[in-house]
Amino acid sequence: MINWFKFSAPSTFYPLAGKLIPIFWTLAALFAAVGLYIGFFVAPTDAQQGEGYRIIFIHVPASWMSMFIYCVMAFWALMGLTFQTRLSGMMSSALAPTGALFAFLSLWTGALWGKPMWGTWWVWDARLTSELILFFLYLGYMALHAAIDDPRRADRAGAVLSLVGVVNVPIIYFSVTWWNTLHQGASVSLTKSPSMASTMLWGMLLMALAFWAYTIAVALMRARSIMLEREGNTEWVKHLPDVKEAV
Amino acid sequence: MMLLSAYVAALRRDLLLVMRRKTEVLTALFFFVIVTTLLPLGIGPEPDLLRKIAPGAMWIAALLATLLGLQRLFAADHADGTLEQMALSPEPLSILVAGKITAHWLVCGLPLVLLAPVIGLQFDLPTDAIGVLMLSLLIGTPLLSLLGAIGAALTLGARGSALLVSLLVLPLYVPTLIFGAGAVESHIAGLGAAGHLYLLSALLVLAAAFAPWATTAALRISLE
Amino acid sequence: MTAATQTPMLAARNLSCVRGTQTLFTDLSLQLDAGQWLYLQGENGAGKTSLLRILAGLALPAAGSVHWQAQPISNQRSEYHADMLYLGHHASLKEDLTLTENLRSLIAMDGLKVSDAAIQDALTRMGLAKRQHLPARVLSAGQKRRGLLVRLLLRPAKLWLLDEPFNALDANAIVDLQECLKAHLKDGGMIVLTSHQTPDLGSDTAGFVLSLSRGRA
Repeated sequence: MINWFKFSAPSTFYPLAGKLIPIFWTLAALFAAVGLYIGFFVAPTDAQQGEGYRIIFIHVPASWMSMFIYCVMAFWALMGLTFQTRLSGMMSSALAPTGALFAFLSLWTGALWGKPMWGTWWVWDARLTSELILFFLYLGYMALHAAIDDPRRADRAGAVLSLVGVVNVPIIYFSVTWWNTLHQGASVSLTKSPSMASTMLWGMLLMALAFWAYTIAVALMRARSIMLEREGNTEWVKHLPDVKEAV
Repeated sequence: MMLLSAYVAALRRDLLLVMRRKTEVLTALFFFVIVTTLLPLGIGPEPDLLRKIAPGAMWIAALLATLLGLQRLFAADHADGTLEQMALSPEPLSILVAGKITAHWLVCGLPLVLLAPVIGLQFDLPTDAIGVLMLSLLIGTPLLSLLGAIGAALTLGARGSALLVSLLVLPLYVPTLIFGAGAVESHIAGLGAAGHLYLLSALLVLAAAFAPWATTAALRISLE
Repeated sequence: MTAATQTPMLAARNLSCVRGTQTLFTDLSLQLDAGQWLYLQGENGAGKTSLLRILAGLALPAAGSVHWQAQPISNQRSEYHADMLYLGHHASLKEDLTLTENLRSLIAMDGLKVSDAAIQDALTRMGLAKRQHLPARVLSAGQKRRGLLVRLLLRPAKLWLLDEPFNALDANAIVDLQECLKAHLKDGGMIVLTSHQTPDLGSDTAGFVLSLSRGRA
């Protein structure tokens, strides 16, 4: 049985994360290379949508990741509030910018997809609308975190907000879907692609894995710099090899 | 019994404070009236168009008017230290918070419900639609106060908290807006408003159960 | 700190407090028993108020815990708050309400019932009888401070945590307050207080001094 609490101490986490980061960068590059190859060259051209549909290989995994990261953030928030571990808050705030990035990427690729398909950049589609609100939730989290000076208070306030958010996301999604059916604005959904070929599914899965590895690598890097910033005057930071060299 | 008396005490105190300083309440109400008056000026006076946008316009004006009062919900008590004393009360802080939220609704939410018919007439809404609008506001405005309290508590003592509250709270208002305005729209479309109103009530029950608790957690963090 | 007893009423164990990147104190332990008082001394920013807020349960220590009657205070918030009264450096009065209304609402929110006559009586003892119907905003700083100290008379609590209680008080009021504190100790109460001037609570009471200076206690 591994003692997880041991790893939650920044002094043990910092060097461990340092070792993991290159591994996840490599994984991200590998998965992305294979995924993009499948997406661009192996997957067949869509009969109705032509070549434009290929943006799905970025759009769909990015949407998945943006939702998934919010859940992970809420998970760390819960851990932080229950066990009072310092690492949890750092992980939450390290994940938020990446989550926002994926939400933005999903919106942007959605717009790029919509233009050739329906001749408009923006469709009030239930999924796109929810994605937009998710993007706002990320922005709110980051703004709140940045507005509170004391880092521990910022972490804890952010934790409460992300928990409130995670309860609300399904409700928001449901309400937007409901609203959409009432107004019948855009009945065509972006993600309802006809006859998903298995190569397409593979491409999307590989891209999702690539995004996943990228997220872990970037979040770990960000968490490491947050750690240095906050614990700059503690003993373990002063004994780090890279810090010693710099001094 | 004791819980109830602490709840009433917090409620009564906030109402008394409002009575001493009426302008703040009237500002929010006036804001609601002026926003809904400006809309036709910006869009044009065609009755058909106005009737179509009325539910959404009035609901959005209600959201913004509620936001105005939110920043003051805890900030004043925080500044003069009475919030600290509440947090140290032997009674659960969530009960006192519930009292304060109720006071906020009575002062900022209920007047909007009562004003709605007058504004509804400006937008040429039929009488029965005005009834549905009032009902939807009656269920929806407490929801706005409850959710808003969480944001107000989180931003307490943060830099630029007034703007931050809107950024945090407005996305959470999406379901309320959709079901609230949707109730009136589907009534006008002849589809019946019951479904929307039931969902709105369900959200209210959910928020009444969890929001005071989340607000309390946020307040304790902000007081640190 | 004090003579070791089996279960001290108030005990803090290995507290440490961090503000931003600064460590105010680490490994601070203290205990207090009925009839004893503790005077927190230290320069500005040494962490007196922070320690008081941690003892009150308003702030969480970075490490360590506070125990009341051998139980951690976080497990018995309601019971602890019923036994404890914290007066911070805020006036804790609503400017728009009169002293009587302020006190009445604070007491009611504590879930207690006190008759108006008792409030009147306590205000008279603090020399505020003539001011009781004025809104708090027209009172002087010293009068507000006294208005807050009326809470000591009205709210039963074993443990008083007082942040600079002598601030803004005139000589007479200081003597009154010291008498009030002495009476509380005689009844078996406990006091933790910070102050710029050394409080004189008589030689027959058991007082301790804790000096906080940067990083050490």
